[in-house]
Amino acid sequence: MEFLGDVAAWFTDPANWTGRDAIPLRTAEHVMLSGISLLVGVLIALPLGVFIGHTGRWAGLVVAVTNAGRAVPSVGVLGIAYSLTLPFIAAAGLRGIGTLPTLIALTALAIPPIVVNAYIGVRDVERDTTEAARGMGMRDWQVLRRVELPLALPVILAGIRTASVQVIATATLGAIISAGGLGQYIVVGFAVRDFPMMFAGSLLVVALALTSEALFALAQRAAVSPGLRRASTRLGDTVAGLGL
Amino acid sequence: MTDEAPFFRTDWVFDNLDMLALRTAEHVVLTLIGVGVGVLIAFPLTLLIHRRRRLIGQVIGIAGILYAIPSLALFGLLIPVTGIGLVTAEIALVSYTLLILIRNGLAGLDGIAPEVLETATGMGYTRAQRLWRVELPLALPVIIAGIRIATVTTIGLVAVTALIGQGGLGFVIIQLGIRRDFDTAILVGVGLSILLAVIADRGLVLLERALTPWARAQTEGT
Repeated sequence: MEFLGDVAAWFTDPANWTGRDAIPLRTAEHVMLSGISLLVGVLIALPLGVFIGHTGRWAGLVVAVTNAGRAVPSVGVLGIAYSLTLPFIAAAGLRGIGTLPTLIALTALAIPPIVVNAYIGVRDVERDTTEAARGMGMRDWQVLRRVELPLALPVILAGIRTASVQVIATATLGAIISAGGLGQYIVVGFAVRDFPMMFAGSLLVVALALTSEALFALAQRAAVSPGLRRASTRLGDTVAGLGL
Repeated sequence: MTDEAPFFRTDWVFDNLDMLALRTAEHVVLTLIGVGVGVLIAFPLTLLIHRRRRLIGQVIGIAGILYAIPSLALFGLLIPVTGIGLVTAEIALVSYTLLILIRNGLAGLDGIAPEVLETATGMGYTRAQRLWRVELPLALPVIIAGIRIATVTTIGLVAVTALIGQGGLGFVIIQLGIRRDFDTAILVGVGLSILLAVIADRGLVLLERALTPWARAQTEGT
């Protein structure tokens, strides 16, 4: 098919491997945007979720906020972050650079699924198990660190995985506000009707998203405590994409 | 640009009420098609893997891969085949509902106590009768929970289809708002989209209550 030949030609064109639009550079931008946001999201959301799961406090509020958050379109989060940062970006002479609002939007989108899964993961550790740990003389933080967290880890990772799907997808949309990343090929390719470039950019995004999925799937498998591995394989699979 | 204009321009909203109503209606139609076709595809697939358990991994796996593909990339892959327009937008929207719908449908059917099924069989129900009169009614709350999540998610995703000439309120957010640095349009589009999601969610809760009068006590918490 001629079109696929054009796509292949795009990949082998040296012009797409150097300069501002180089494939490795755009890929690195995408990974950085997603990675930084996910990391900041984890740093904020994980302690919060674990605290809620461990103490049972604020649970209703957090679940309500997360459910409400699902109703906000991700491109709307991007738009609001863009509109809020626009005055500062203009003042700093950085007009047209959408990196900061994209990072803010991606972080905001990463937080809810991580909080909810950390909360559910810690909450659902059997009471018998935590009581046995206390009976063995463990202190509260020891119960948390040595019993609750290891048992909750697969569910926590499932939350980070859900967040990462959304972060990588919305990082692609960041191209609308010139945030860089692989979405740039798609948005620009569509705008100038360069469909081979648009298609090639889409392939790169899909490859990145599925690589991330595969890595999380491996991490989730490795995270299950060896003693529980056989028993909880099914649980891990079920929880893997709660869609939260 | 917005530098000297007030942050929120109420006058713009009142001048554009007709346009906003039209875009909201378009948003509703795009969502209904997406979720409707999604249910039509997910329902038989769910029944199939409920019976043939070996297929669960494959079907959920494929739905999971579709779910993980960013919408913009899916558009980019589809446009050379299906063109720029409604069909491409809906293929993407439907793809994202499948994982949610199939997983909830299966969880609903799997959650029925074996004693109930044995009783139905013992009373002489055929497999088809048991499915329609016992299993589906009992699984309905979980199935509708899936439709609620799928609907709310789709309402959020419709906005992105503005990039390929559809979009409903996404047109207001992206084309009138983000692309013209116009805060009012962004906020109005996002606000109306959230409102739609809340109304749809509450509506489905009411539908579930109407369809499952026997389960009222148990569904209070969902």
